[in-house]
Amino acid sequence: MLIFEHSRPGRRAQAQAPKSATRLEGIPAALQRKRKPRLPEVSEMQAVRHYTRLSQKNFSIDTQFYPLGSCTMKYNPRACNTLAMLPGLVNRHPLAPDSHSQGFLSAMYELQEILKEVTGMSAVSLAPMAGAQGEFAGIAMIRAYHDARGDTGRTEILVPDAAHGTNPATAVMCGYKAREIPSKADGDVDMDALEAALGPQTAGIMLTNPSTLGVFERRIKEIADRVHEAGGLLYYDGANLNAILGRVRPGDMGFDVIHMNLHKTFSTPHGGGGPGAGPVGVSKRLQPFLPVPMVGTDGHDYHWLSEEQCPQSIGRLSAFAGNAGILLRAYVYAKMLGAEGMQRVADYSTLNANYMLKRLMDAGFTAAYPERRATHEFIITLKNEARELGINAMDFAKRLLDYGIHAPTTYFPLLVPECFLIEPTETEARESLDAFIDAMIKIREEARTDAEWVRGAPYTLPVRRLDDVRAARELDLRWQAQEERA
Amino acid sequence: MSNIPENLKYAESHEWVHDEGDGTVTVGISDHAQELLGDLVFVELPETGAQLKAGDESAVVESVKAASDVYSPVDGEVIETNELLADSPEVINEAPYDNWIFKLKLSNPVQLDELLDAAAYASLVKAEED
Amino acid sequence: MPFIPHTEEELRQMLDVIGVDSIEQLFDEIPAKLRCGELQGLGSGLWEQDITRLMQDKAREDGQPLCFIGAGAYDHHIPAAVWQLASRGEYYTAYTPYQAEASQGTLQLLYEYQSMMTELMDMDVSNASLYDGASALAEAVLMAVRANRKSRSRHILVPASLHPHYRATVRTLVKNQGIELVEIPYDRSTGQTDLQALAQHTGQDLAALVVPQPNFFGVLEDVDVLTEWARANGALSIAVVNPLAMAVLHPPGEWGEQGADICCGDGQPLGAPLSSGGPYFGFLCSKQTLVRQMPGRIIGRTVDLDGKEGFALTLQAREQHIRRSKATSNICTNQGLMVTAATIHMSLMGADGLASTASRCHSNLQLLVEKLTSLGEIEPLFSGPVFHETVLRLPLEPRRVLRTLAAHNILGGYDLAGHYPELGNALLVCATENRNQDDIDKYRLKMEQVLASRRQGACATMAKFDRE
Repeated sequence: MLIFEHSRPGRRAQAQAPKSATRLEGIPAALQRKRKPRLPEVSEMQAVRHYTRLSQKNFSIDTQFYPLGSCTMKYNPRACNTLAMLPGLVNRHPLAPDSHSQGFLSAMYELQEILKEVTGMSAVSLAPMAGAQGEFAGIAMIRAYHDARGDTGRTEILVPDAAHGTNPATAVMCGYKAREIPSKADGDVDMDALEAALGPQTAGIMLTNPSTLGVFERRIKEIADRVHEAGGLLYYDGANLNAILGRVRPGDMGFDVIHMNLHKTFSTPHGGGGPGAGPVGVSKRLQPFLPVPMVGTDGHDYHWLSEEQCPQSIGRLSAFAGNAGILLRAYVYAKMLGAEGMQRVADYSTLNANYMLKRLMDAGFTAAYPERRATHEFIITLKNEARELGINAMDFAKRLLDYGIHAPTTYFPLLVPECFLIEPTETEARESLDAFIDAMIKIREEARTDAEWVRGAPYTLPVRRLDDVRAARELDLRWQAQEERA
Repeated sequence: MSNIPENLKYAESHEWVHDEGDGTVTVGISDHAQELLGDLVFVELPETGAQLKAGDESAVVESVKAASDVYSPVDGEVIETNELLADSPEVINEAPYDNWIFKLKLSNPVQLDELLDAAAYASLVKAEED
Repeated sequence: MPFIPHTEEELRQMLDVIGVDSIEQLFDEIPAKLRCGELQGLGSGLWEQDITRLMQDKAREDGQPLCFIGAGAYDHHIPAAVWQLASRGEYYTAYTPYQAEASQGTLQLLYEYQSMMTELMDMDVSNASLYDGASALAEAVLMAVRANRKSRSRHILVPASLHPHYRATVRTLVKNQGIELVEIPYDRSTGQTDLQALAQHTGQDLAALVVPQPNFFGVLEDVDVLTEWARANGALSIAVVNPLAMAVLHPPGEWGEQGADICCGDGQPLGAPLSSGGPYFGFLCSKQTLVRQMPGRIIGRTVDLDGKEGFALTLQAREQHIRRSKATSNICTNQGLMVTAATIHMSLMGADGLASTASRCHSNLQLLVEKLTSLGEIEPLFSGPVFHETVLRLPLEPRRVLRTLAAHNILGGYDLAGHYPELGNALLVCATENRNQDDIDKYRLKMEQVLASRRQGACATMAKFDRE
């Protein structure tokens, strides 16, 4: 039932708004609204009950194991939320003067420093509001760098075929052509294909390491050297930074620019699809181009750095300073972990992934890269099950929901057929991992006796499988009042 | 095995071409292509009057989980588009060879000879399916 | 170990299952020379009570000044229920609803959001959010360039009265795609977009015209005229509006004869705390005909296998995970949690609540202007009608006034000297419904003291000249 269907004309949550609606003095009648928008008219309790009940129709980290590959669905510590919402921080106006901002600015400055150290980069800007915006900033900086040198013939960004869709889309937003390079059977980049693709037209390459195939690119140094020799720069997509936190640093691998997904690695909430935060880090040569604003210090006080202090900056990415409240949560998280805690993130997420991979292989499931170590995530392919039992990755995914487990990432990366990309994260206990494996075995058993039953899953959720085709063909994108529908 | 009529020509990118014999051709997507895409939910048509080169992106066929470009199999000018597809893209799934996407006035008729015949296209499809 | 559940025994058992001796061994594919040593300068982890103390100190340092700054972020009351509900783990810790059956809560809420937003804007369709208002405008510009097939120019007209940070953000985000932003000056007496300057572009090939309402000065633009001008010149119109203002003002869908084509803005006034500038959310609505050019997630209502109503992501072929380099945008993660708050906020407020809040803001501004101008040396700079924010001319540099006011814990407004030096001593002030009569009196009193001390200072200077 939609909130609109609880609505009755004249009902109001009286306590919420100022009582007297005064006249709009000085505003010409022609600019005033004539017809009221048909927003819900409900009591406070009705709204609370409706949205509480809706929330109960969601799977979430707080309620279920959520091994969604490449999304790092780890526990979000409550302290991060509570402390970012302290009145002095949550009510701070973005344009408040420095005199009333030292607490906030000092936290942002320190976060920049922490992220520099963790990634091995020379400087960090916290401005990008999500991973994709971090990617944009990164590629825009690569472009600004080439342009500043008068090197304008570089038109292509290389992207591995296994890359996240945001990579090629970002390259295009920055005015580049995205050129795909294939992966080898062992999951590493095909060096010959890379060699063939490199040239005077190469502006750079976007890599995720560990890659979206769940393996560490072993020849990363060689790739970096080759791309640099061709005059290109290396972009590190930080989607999988959780796997190497405190173990290896992108800066040491030879990357020139990176973004981090704080909503993954630094445990800020995923919020049903955001907000995220996608800070960027750069090597020395890209430092002048970092997006503004950033935070600087004279050793005692903290202040904003804007276009005036950074004239070569690629510019602003948002009206103010990005997703500041999310940055505060990441700051709290980083302070709680400390140096040791960071390394434990990589250690235990890798342990959990390798444990799951081994147990699934022992149970007869097929690893996409059986010779390789899992990183913090890994891929299994269900193509045998699809062929022999007639149930595909989607069927497994939907049936897992009935077992109270959120499905892994399915059908991504596209080059592995019938795939599950599984990322358990470090915060899951062994019993969650075992429950997942038991469920997979059980679903396979169910398929042996009644594949049709499995294909009909889920059965225990608020709805069964939805008609996506109808959703796209007969667009119904908003509620409409009864009189309009007729 | 998908349906591949004998009287049509085919492009490697899975378009079919019917030679109308008057210097114009009709273009659609093959049965194999519609099978791969699944239920179509939208077709973006080219603009009438557009000048296309062989291999140009001319239309987009969209299913729920994929979107695929339709490439012009030959050079020519778009003289007509199938407006039925705007409201009923699913007719391509139902009868891919009856429901064309656009018609071209050929500017380089010899290109028709370079397209695949039914047998050659059938072996291409077979190779893909294996 | 904070947040890690493994016992020593479990660790040993798990390593045994894997067949390795140590966690170290799991990293053996990473070339040894790449490994980093211990991270420097991070220190040890803090316990919850230590980090609490640290954050409380920082929060206290920033204080809770009395805020009369608007300039794109507004201090509104947020009903207590909004964040209590939005902070529920089921909303807070879910992700993008890829598995629709396990995400009906978020999906239905987003469908309700789309419904509310289209009502408020009187537009056909809405997406499920973008990052913020400024980046939403950049996406709207890119969308207009794709959608306006009649135009080949990639020229966008952007009024100088649009928020300077929005203009800067749009520049960053579209400049690499060969799009040119052409600035239209404002009328120095009214503060509105200069129609004569606009008329010079009549007959040119233009992709779109941006129409802010209210504009950065708080001034209301003649939106009908601007929208019609765009239509007559083959340009799409892009409205940039304050959503709270739309509860009482003529919404974009009604502008001109056929309404604005695209409408966007920042959703912050609908339930997002000021929070140093974010997270807020960008909204984007359009006419039905442009829906396939929209960036970002869109939710549709459909049915399940049993014919029961349900909600799912739809039109996904526009998006990067399917369309890759040909997607409408690279956006993936959006601002879902902020939209969750906004949807609950709009449900609680209703149309009447939003309208009474908007009109209270407006009357508070009238009161503030009245009190400050009564001091004699301060006057409104523009003659155009305003909503909840306006520009005042001061008899001295705003930065000096603001510094003194800040010392008394009052944030007196936003100094326009940086972005609009031609306006002289111009101060942008705002009063929301959260400022009461006492707050406004306090501001007036302090301002009076600042002006008085300036007069005394001036007298002292003159006395000095007299002596010489």
